[in-house]
Amino acid sequence: MQELIRNGIEIDDTFAEAFGMRATAIIITAPSLKWARQAATTMTGFATSVIGCGCEAAIDIDIPASATPDGRPGCRVMIFAMGTDELQKQLKTRLGQCVLTSPGSACFSGLEGSASLDLGSSLRYFGDGWQISKKFGGKHYWRVPVMDGEFLCEAKTGLTKEAVGGGNLFLLAADGERALAAAERAVAAIEKIPGAIMPFPGGIVRSGSKIGGKYKGMMASTNDAYAPTLRGVTKSALGPGINAILEIVIDGQTSEAVAAAMRAGLKAVINFGPKRGALRISAGNYGGKLGKFHYHLRDLLP
Amino acid sequence: MKPLTFTLRSEPDERLDLSGLTPHKLHGMQPADIARLPIGTSRRPASVGDVFKVAGKDISNIVFSGGSARFDFVGAEMATGQIRVEGDVGARAGRRMSGGLLNIEGNAGLQAGSGMKNGRIEIGGDAGDGLGGPMAGEIHGMAGGLVIVGGRAGHRPGDKMRRGVIALLKGCGDYAGFGMTAGTIVAIGRVGLYPGHLMKRGSLLFDRRPAALSPTFIDCGRVDIVFPTLFDRYLMEDKILDRPLLGKKPFRFGGDNAVLGKGEIMFPRG
Repeated sequence: MQELIRNGIEIDDTFAEAFGMRATAIIITAPSLKWARQAATTMTGFATSVIGCGCEAAIDIDIPASATPDGRPGCRVMIFAMGTDELQKQLKTRLGQCVLTSPGSACFSGLEGSASLDLGSSLRYFGDGWQISKKFGGKHYWRVPVMDGEFLCEAKTGLTKEAVGGGNLFLLAADGERALAAAERAVAAIEKIPGAIMPFPGGIVRSGSKIGGKYKGMMASTNDAYAPTLRGVTKSALGPGINAILEIVIDGQTSEAVAAAMRAGLKAVINFGPKRGALRISAGNYGGKLGKFHYHLRDLLP
Repeated sequence: MKPLTFTLRSEPDERLDLSGLTPHKLHGMQPADIARLPIGTSRRPASVGDVFKVAGKDISNIVFSGGSARFDFVGAEMATGQIRVEGDVGARAGRRMSGGLLNIEGNAGLQAGSGMKNGRIEIGGDAGDGLGGPMAGEIHGMAGGLVIVGGRAGHRPGDKMRRGVIALLKGCGDYAGFGMTAGTIVAIGRVGLYPGHLMKRGSLLFDRRPAALSPTFIDCGRVDIVFPTLFDRYLMEDKILDRPLLGKKPFRFGGDNAVLGKGEIMFPRG
């Protein structure tokens, strides 16, 4: 593997391997950004990986009151799944349990897609006959009476089949503190990229995985090549100075969004430098067997 | 390409049925063919050429230079393109229209937008009774689209309305939204007797409390909901109004409880 060096940080000449997904986006508004984000974080809770959660979801960006449909602060939430049916199921369940219930919330389509998914259309029956359908300005809304007034929800949102899941960066550091500091820098930079989310806790993954495992039924298991404590007893990818690794996983509305997010993350970690952050940057791939989207770190370097 | 223009020669002697002069019905026709189309409604009906001077070629953009209260069914069943009338029209302009833009600079007669399904009608002056309403024997009136009346509308605007938006910028006569099953009527200015009489569902949105509110409407208080703001923004973005109609916490009455009672009347001032 040819060595690439930027600002004293070694960058592996490898690629992140990603795969096609289905995705949707919604805009949640509320009387304050705090409550819009509360609905959004509740809705995107336990949505880190399709392996165990059914979907991957997170807040994409905050939207100022001046740019939301109802003039209140809001945020855009993105949800990714492997198939349309599962995406619809997750959207409906999470919307009904977490947004409908959240004080003062309203919900709008956040994506013009090639097809549509039910939003208010699947929740309107909560109104028990008192729900009100409104069509104006080319859009369809449902108004559902609730105890603090009315839950207003657009009937449909868009679905895209162009979404990509699994963009990633491995940040290899001398210790856990430095790995986390570098990862936080990367997350802060990627959060600014529209159309890209990081579904894991705070955007960061400690448990990078490989496909399958020795135990029956395990779809994924620990990435032993990148586990510092196994250095020496397994076929390790780590040199002696690396004692902690954190991964940033990125899902994007488009392949371009994933590339832009990885580029922003790389730049942030490289600018942060090796003393306080990562000594080496790599990426996760499975030799090209996982998906058709390959993001070569070499091409994304600042 | 210049718009297809029908210049009125003089006030017609009879009522005219102009339903044939829409972009999709004139598609592929030459000016000479158009001039031969019968439009009169008497025993020996007048043709287009008898009443209008025809010029221009762009049939997707039709202009009536000069109008008359005898122009009936202007833009009826129109599906695409636009029609502008520089003057008044008679009855049922835009009847069963399903798309496009019908712009009437003067007044419109009875039942403009009758049974309309989609598209946009702009009436600069006043509109007659039964705006958007059904013809005799029909169950529903307007089922979609947008009608904007710059002047005052007559009685029963939105009669048996089912869907769509009607905006009345100088008020209307009695029984706005009579028997409506859904849809939205917006009115600025004085509204006549008993708006929403026998409405099952739908929204009547006014800039003031109606003077004669039916006793079968029940006070729901001042509501703190998102819909008024969202709708205000729509009205302003679509340039129907230049300032908010309802504000954030309008008064709301529910009714008509003589029937289903799922309609609403909202207004910002008590």
